[in-house]
Amino acid sequence: MNRIHQKLQEDKKVLSIYFTAGYPSLNDTVKIIQDLERNGVDMIEIGLPFSDPLADGPTIQASSTQALKNGMTTSLLFKQLKDIRKSVSIPLILMGYFNPVLQYGVEEFCKKCQETGIDGLILPDLPLDVYQENYEAIFKKYGLVNVFLITPQTSDARIHQIDTASDGFIYMVSSASVTGSQDGFGNNQEAYFERIADMKLKNPQVVGFGISNSETFLQATKQAKGAIIGSAFIKFLTQNGVDKIGDFVKGIRK
Amino acid sequence: MNYNVDEKGYYGEFGGAFIPEMLYPNVENLRQQYLKIMAEPSFKKEFNQLLKDYVGRPSPLYFAKRLSEKYNTKVYLKREDLNHTGAHKVNNTVGQILMAKRLGKTRIIAETGAGQHGVATATVCALMGMECIVYMGEIDIARQAPNVARMKMLGAEVRPALSGSRTLKDATNEAIRDWINNPVDTHYIIGSAIGPHPYPDMVTRFQSIISEEIKWQLKEKEGRENPDYVVACIGGGSNAAGTFYHFLHEKEVGIIAVEAAGLGVDSGESAATSVLGKIGIIHGCKTLLMQTADGQITEPYSISAGLDYPGVGPMHAHLYRTGRAEFIAVTDDEAMQAGMELSKLEGIIPAIESSHAFAILETRKFRPEDVVVFNLSGRGDKDLETYIKYFKL
Repeated sequence: MNRIHQKLQEDKKVLSIYFTAGYPSLNDTVKIIQDLERNGVDMIEIGLPFSDPLADGPTIQASSTQALKNGMTTSLLFKQLKDIRKSVSIPLILMGYFNPVLQYGVEEFCKKCQETGIDGLILPDLPLDVYQENYEAIFKKYGLVNVFLITPQTSDARIHQIDTASDGFIYMVSSASVTGSQDGFGNNQEAYFERIADMKLKNPQVVGFGISNSETFLQATKQAKGAIIGSAFIKFLTQNGVDKIGDFVKGIRK
Repeated sequence: MNYNVDEKGYYGEFGGAFIPEMLYPNVENLRQQYLKIMAEPSFKKEFNQLLKDYVGRPSPLYFAKRLSEKYNTKVYLKREDLNHTGAHKVNNTVGQILMAKRLGKTRIIAETGAGQHGVATATVCALMGMECIVYMGEIDIARQAPNVARMKMLGAEVRPALSGSRTLKDATNEAIRDWINNPVDTHYIIGSAIGPHPYPDMVTRFQSIISEEIKWQLKEKEGRENPDYVVACIGGGSNAAGTFYHFLHEKEVGIIAVEAAGLGVDSGESAATSVLGKIGIIHGCKTLLMQTADGQITEPYSISAGLDYPGVGPMHAHLYRTGRAEFIAVTDDEAMQAGMELSKLEGIIPAIESSHAFAILETRKFRPEDVVVFNLSGRGDKDLETYIKYFKL
C-alpha cells in the first residue's frame, strides 16, 4: 500500500507542507524534510522549481527563481533524495510543472521516483485528459499517486470526473487565486467547503492555497481531511532560515 | 496532410491545452463557444464593419516596383502597416473584444512585449468601454515608453511584470495569473498564435483576413489567386498565421517563415526557435521552445521586441516539422539593412519585425516570373529609436 493511502486512513487531520527544493540553499532539501517529519508534519510536497510557474504567486516564484540560481535541477534533486527513505517515513510528493518532467522523460522520471521512494506527483499543468490518454499507465506501473486539483469554479460534473480518475486525494484549491495570495477564509470559501463535503466524494480532500496559520488550518480541515501550507512556510524560511522549522510547525498545530 | 487544428486542439503533435485546473472553466467555455460565436451572422457583420470602418481594411496589396527590379522578381507587399494602430495586431483584438462581449465578460487583460498588442487591446477596450489591464515586462516598459504612454491615453492600466526576466514571457505569466485570480468577469486577449487551444486557432482565424484579401487582390492584379510564395516574419506567429492560412492547403504556394537569428543562430543571442527549440510546454501549449536540457525556459534575443519569444505557435511548429514551410533565420544586421532598403526604395519605413521578412531577398533567390507576397506586418514609427541608434541617424 502506498504511504499516501496509509496516511489518509489515519484518524487525524493531515498537515502537509510544501517547500521549493534548492531553497533557501541548494543543499537544504534533506534537512528540511527530516525536520518537518520530526516536528510532526504528516506529508510533504517537494517543489521541483520551474522558470515559469504560472499558477504560483510571488513568494513561490521567488523561491523557484532562487533555487534555479542556486543550481537545482531534476537530476540533482533525485541525487539529494537518494537515501531519504533511510531516515524519513511520511509520504513524499513531488510537485512541479510538466515541462521539466517531459524533458527528463516521463517514464524515466516515474522510475526514478519509485527508486527514490516518492509516493505521488502533483503536476498542475498536466491536464486530466492528457494524463489518462498518455501517462496513467506509466504512473501506475511505478506506484505513483497522481493528484488533481479542483477549484470553486470546477463544475460538479468535472469534480465527479476527477474523483473517478483519482486514487489518493483531491487537491482542493481554496479560492480562485494563485498560491499565497490571501489571508483567511470568507463566506465564499465556507460555502465551497460545504458544497464539496456534501458531494461525498470517494477520495478525501486536502485543501491548499491560503492556509498560513493555525486558524486557517482549522477552518480548512473542518470538513476536509487535511491542508497544505506552501507560501507561508517559504516566507518563514526566508526570514528564519532552516534552523527553526519546529517553531513554524508548532505554530500551526498548537 | 492537414495543417489546421484537429478536434482535440492539436496540429500534428503540437498544441493542446496544458493548463492548470484553475483555468479550465474559462478555456473550456471558450473552446465550446468560439466557433459558434464566430459563425453568428451578427458577429460577422459587426466584425467586418469594424475592420472596414475602424481598422481601415482592406489593406492594400502593393506591387513594389523598385524592389522587384532590384531583385528581379515580382514583389508584392501586404500593407498591414496601414491598419489603425499601425500593425496587424488589431485584426485579432477587434475579433476578441467582440468575442469577450458575447461571452459576457466585462474586464480585459492582455500581455505585451513591444507594446503593439497592448496598444491594439487598449484601443478596442476604449472603443467598447471595457476595463483594460495590460501586463508588460518591467524592462520592456522602460524601453518602449511611447507605447506605454499610448496605452495610458487609451485608458488602460499598464502593470509591470516584475518576475523572472521581466519581458514578454513573464508578462504572459502575469496575465495568466491574473486570469486565475479573476475567473468570472475577465477575458484574456492573447496577442499571438500561442497559448492553450483554442487560442492559436482563434487568433489565426481572426488574422486570416490577411490571406483572404491577398487572394482576391492578387486575382485583380495578376489574374490568379495564388502567389508562388508568401513570406512573413515569425515570433509567436500571429501575422504569419494570418498570411499563410488560406494557402496552407494550396500546394503550389511556397510558405516562408522568417525567424529572428539575433546576433546569429549559434551566438547564444538568438530567437530562432525552429533551429534552437525542442518540443515542450510553454504558456499552455505543446510546441517548439527554447529551453535548457533540464526543461527551464530560456530567454531569447532579437533586436526586434516583437520576435523575441522563446516559443513559436503550434501551427508553425507543425509546418516546420512537416516541411510544409521553409524556415529562414535572419540576423539583426540583415534585418536592419533590409529596413533601410525598403525605406529608400519604396518610401516605406517598416517595423523591424517586418524587416526580417524582406531581408531574405538578399539570399533566397526567386525566379523573375515568381509572384512573392510579403506581409508588411507593421510600420516602423515605434522603432525609430532603434533605427536612429543603429544607423546613427
